Amino acid sequence: MTAKPATPVDALADDRRYDGPPDYRQVGRHDLSPSLTHDEIARFNFLAHMNRHLATRILPGVGRAYESRVRPDFHRTHGRDFSDRQEVRRALLKDPAFQVWSALRRNTMESRQQAGRSVVLRQAARLNARSAELTRGDPRLVLDPTLQMPRYIAAVDNHCMPGSYYTELWPEDISAAANYDAGLFVTTGGALGRLTDGAGWGLVQWMREHHPDFKPRRILDIGCGLGHSVLPIAMAYPDAEVVGVDVAAPMLRYGLARAKSLGVTNIRFVQANAESLPQFEAASFDWIQSTMFLHETSYPALQAIFRETFRLLAPGGFVLHAEQPQYTPEMPLYEQALRDWDAFYNNEPFWTRLHEIDLDAFMVRAGFAKADLLHGGVEAIADPEQLRKRPALSEAEDYGRRAAWHITGARKHAATSEQAA
Amino acid sequence: MSEPIDLLGAAGKKSKGRRPYFLESRQTEQVLSVVMAVAQELAVLRERQDTLERLLEQHGVLVPGAIDAYTPDAQAAAERGSAMQAYLARILRILQQDAEAQSTTSEASAEEVSTELGR
Repeated sequence: MTAKPATPVDALADDRRYDGPPDYRQVGRHDLSPSLTHDEIARFNFLAHMNRHLATRILPGVGRAYESRVRPDFHRTHGRDFSDRQEVRRALLKDPAFQVWSALRRNTMESRQQAGRSVVLRQAARLNARSAELTRGDPRLVLDPTLQMPRYIAAVDNHCMPGSYYTELWPEDISAAANYDAGLFVTTGGALGRLTDGAGWGLVQWMREHHPDFKPRRILDIGCGLGHSVLPIAMAYPDAEVVGVDVAAPMLRYGLARAKSLGVTNIRFVQANAESLPQFEAASFDWIQSTMFLHETSYPALQAIFRETFRLLAPGGFVLHAEQPQYTPEMPLYEQALRDWDAFYNNEPFWTRLHEIDLDAFMVRAGFAKADLLHGGVEAIADPEQLRKRPALSEAEDYGRRAAWHITGARKHAATSEQAA
Repeated sequence: MSEPIDLLGAAGKKSKGRRPYFLESRQTEQVLSVVMAVAQELAVLRERQDTLERLLEQHGVLVPGAIDAYTPDAQAAAERGSAMQAYLARILRILQQDAEAQSTTSEASAEEVSTELGR
């Protein structure tokens, strides 16, 4: 293949400094990866580019509309500026720029779901058989068919994913997980790496940098989903025993099959609700991790989860929750309102409340000593040797979807756990 | 697994949770969604054609630059021009008919005629 294409594909396209989403063929593959036709890949490519276009080319116009008409109009009518993000969002909803951007963004998410499901469902029989082959009878998969889906998972389908994480169209079905996995590379424009595990590698780097001598024996990942964020941790600490917990059986089956096919063996997948994990003994984990999970729970669940992590954490151990940044008084109300978009229009209903909560206070109420709390930041490490170093969306803020997260956590000191016992 | 399912219906299934509409008219937003789906399929087609052209060049069937250098002769240009006109007439039919309606003074609807004919 020569460097210069012989036939210009589009005279206006400038490929000299290409920094857009990678071709979908760059996606990391494993035993449960669906096979894809040329056109199915082209559809994924289009959708990855749509997300980027919306963030880099359309959304700035919403910002200009906000400053030039939405905010002045509000001021004229009310004699004051906005007082909270709900007022901003309600005003934005009446603005044509916000309306069109929102309609396109919602539609792109729905199209992504349709594209992914078209791919996965047509070959579900083969994928389900392969998954069963890899997981049936394996003690590292512990399912609980009696588990009730909590209201925060059952009420609406997260990120407009028909049937959410848990619906099984056939016995032992993993299509929900396969669709979710296939689309992660599309939604993030490859910013999380070929296996969408950039958050996990970022966490590994954070731990190595800040606590190079930390040698966890048991690691718990709550809300693990298909395990894409915890596998790097399992790989970086091969002597540790890793447990992933989630409510959705398709994700767990798929997670184990995927882990095995990627050669990761020190991980178990357990179907359970992270609010209550009586199957695990107190102080039995050295590292409890959640990655982009808390926003898919609820106000009471969050408190139960914090209490349970406090009980399960061993003295000297870490609990780390990685999420998008909290709404602080310093964060402009416009940014807060845009960050809330996913809560209301992409079916992530607890997102808005979570980001205004004083998480430190909740951690203390759950038993952690204030002095033990910690905060940090993690950037995705997206296998830079294969993909661009810069994540696709990092230059243009795509509120709430940037491949970087804040850590809220704690390191439990021996004295703290004894007091609580 | 043995149960056959409606693949098309299942792929495009609605997610749980009432859908928000952002534009002033629900129908307008639906048209926008259709237009974007068509745009997506056009992108897919362009990518497929690009693959095809590159393969043809790789296999020596197509000389690099031949498509851009192509000039239709008079006959081909006329055929392509006619095809383009027919294409535009098809996709913009509703505008043609709306213009015809404006130059028609008073015109009864079938519903009105239906009442008249039934009397």
